[in-house]
Amino acid sequence: MSAAEHAAGPANSTEYITHHLTHYTVGEGFWSIHVDTIFMSVLLGIVTLGLFHAAARKATVGVPGKGQAFVEMVVEFIDTTVKEVFHLDRSFLAPLALTIFVWVFLMNAMDLLPLDLPGKVAALFGIHYWRAVPTADANTTFAMSLTVLVVVLFYSVKAKGIGGYVHELFTAPFGGNPVLWIPNFLLNLVELLSKPVSLAMRLFGNMYAGELVFMLIALLGAGFFTFTVGSTVGFLGQLLMGAGWAIFHILIITLQAFIFMVLTVVYSAMATEHH
Amino acid sequence: MENLALIAQVQSYTAIALGLIIGLGAIGACIGIGIMGSKFLEAAARQPELIPTLQGRMFLLAGLIDAAFLIGVALAMFFAFANPLLARFG
Repeated sequence: MSAAEHAAGPANSTEYITHHLTHYTVGEGFWSIHVDTIFMSVLLGIVTLGLFHAAARKATVGVPGKGQAFVEMVVEFIDTTVKEVFHLDRSFLAPLALTIFVWVFLMNAMDLLPLDLPGKVAALFGIHYWRAVPTADANTTFAMSLTVLVVVLFYSVKAKGIGGYVHELFTAPFGGNPVLWIPNFLLNLVELLSKPVSLAMRLFGNMYAGELVFMLIALLGAGFFTFTVGSTVGFLGQLLMGAGWAIFHILIITLQAFIFMVLTVVYSAMATEHH
Repeated sequence: MENLALIAQVQSYTAIALGLIIGLGAIGACIGIGIMGSKFLEAAARQPELIPTLQGRMFLLAGLIDAAFLIGVALAMFFAFANPLLARFG
């Protein structure tokens, strides 16, 4: 269905998919900026904050409304999760985890929009390329995971002091013998850098693969308006598989948002441990 | 004509690579999920009162196990539809 409307545009399936994988880009080379990613993520960030701000302002101590009950559930769930892992003062980390969870969840949830809808809306404004899922862009996930790295470094320094942290970097796994300083430091460096890379690649890979499977499913119904037997079967297949994948994807997007949040907390908790 | 043969060669090798990426990744992820699921059921049968605690962790680990496979799938899909190795032929 969605692919059929596109029939006038891209000539074949490869073109359809490459079209959907193209960002709305401004600028050249290093300074090329994916406007769609930035716009969608900022918009969803505002939605996240607005939702919780509105609930907090209207909060009562009496019988809570549905919105307040929902927000309280989310906040409590995140707070317990953080409490289980992180044992120090969590007045900064728990709100951070809450923001990450809800924001990433909303960004992932853009995958569930009809595939061609964001592009069609963008076309009304004369924009030809529009990818709606910010987390299917490696730039977003790496930006977030590098921020998490900064948080981890902050907690390391806060717990041990700059001297203590540097001392730990050079002496941690094998011991303080000067011969072992370099191997220790290299090992710690790899451990530190592998965290943001795995964090970002996990979220990006999941969302990118999910988006691509949605595109492949959309292609099944591409020939629907030719009204042959094959195209009808393809269209029915699209409906069934699209529904199935979308339902499975609800699990995936929640899980990935949860994993990103939990790992942020776990890394921070590891950073505060003394060796 | 010579170019065509080269393109076909790149495409065929890429197709084999895609099969390997997805197939081997799927084997690993499935074995991992299978082991974890069986252990979870065992633990749940032994101590049913731990189910709520274990369930959350099981889903977390399911996501972690799945992740590497899905990254592989994403990479494979990328090579299937916008093969950067073919771009050199223009």
